[in-house]
Amino acid sequence: MGPISSLPGFTEGINLLFAFLVGIGFGIALEQAGFSSSRKLVGMFYGYDTTVLKVFFTAAIVALVGSQFLSLFGLLDLSKISVNEFYAGPSIVGGIIMGAGFILGGYCPGTGISALSIGKIDGLIFTIGGMFGAFLFAETYPLINDFANSTFKGPIKINEVLNLSAWLFTIFLIIAAIGMFRVAERAEKKFARPEITNDL
Amino acid sequence: MKNGYLNPYVAGILLGMVLLLSMFLSGRGLGASGGIRNCTISVVNAIDRTHTESSDYYKRYVGDGKKPLKSWITFEIMGVLVGGFISGAFSKRLKLKTEKSPKISNAARLIFAFIGGAFFIYGAQLARGCTSGAALSGMAVLSVAGFVTMVAIFGSAYIFAWIFRKLWI
Repeated sequence: MGPISSLPGFTEGINLLFAFLVGIGFGIALEQAGFSSSRKLVGMFYGYDTTVLKVFFTAAIVALVGSQFLSLFGLLDLSKISVNEFYAGPSIVGGIIMGAGFILGGYCPGTGISALSIGKIDGLIFTIGGMFGAFLFAETYPLINDFANSTFKGPIKINEVLNLSAWLFTIFLIIAAIGMFRVAERAEKKFARPEITNDL
Repeated sequence: MKNGYLNPYVAGILLGMVLLLSMFLSGRGLGASGGIRNCTISVVNAIDRTHTESSDYYKRYVGDGKKPLKSWITFEIMGVLVGGFISGAFSKRLKLKTEKSPKISNAARLIFAFIGGAFFIYGAQLARGCTSGAALSGMAVLSVAGFVTMVAIFGSAYIFAWIFRKLWI
């Protein structure tokens, strides 16, 4: 059955409406999680607040398990869900540049918009900086074009690379997440910084 | 539930349901950096059309009468703005302020916020997505790209966190 947008008679306008509604849900979830606060987000990297890890892995697992159940009941055709294409070199280098951006800026693009939406000036400036980064990418594209399109591996899936079924990989991921959550809970006590967290 | 935020695991379930809804309705995951890119491209296109028409990169987004603002990802980030505002109003967190460590000045915080934003979106264009589009949504469909990008972002952030610790602690 799903995705709904692949059904016959479906217009682009309705899909844009879906995008807007999904965005509202996304914005509410990010803000309620506390992701509109840069000092809460970066707490992940100093140990005093590990909300990022808990929210991130819980969300990925809920969507992963949920989509597999929907597929099992014939409600969602997983072959119609887009799978990210893997460019090995650009993914790693891009990820490292993003890691620097996270610490320098205190947000990622979605959480920056979340911060901006409740009036954080640093969130606004981060997002404007992001627009400058997009402009810089467009203008330097001829120089990095070759690298940006190198080491293309296609939309490969991790469970297929490891020769595991999707369900088995999911179970391993859940076990790993529970282990990380326990470490995170302990880290928050060990690296506690009440002078920051009481302020958030 | 101190500070009025949701319990992180509950917030994670909520975010996961939104991601699942996105997959069910539109057959795709969440994103953010692509929307910021599309907004940028339409600004550049409005200012200097001859420039965008002479560039292979811009042409992918504005060629053949394409409108980057009329795209799924742009509508989605407009929704994020509205949803964040609703959530902030509901939890009484709407307030104009610059959030920073008391050890640095407002100006320093804002300069680094600008630089950080530029880095993040530049990296996201290279990796074809940011924390939401590549890492979170990518992991939820078991893509290798999702897992590799997630490890690269979070792994390198620990190193940069140590180097730039004076910004935050």
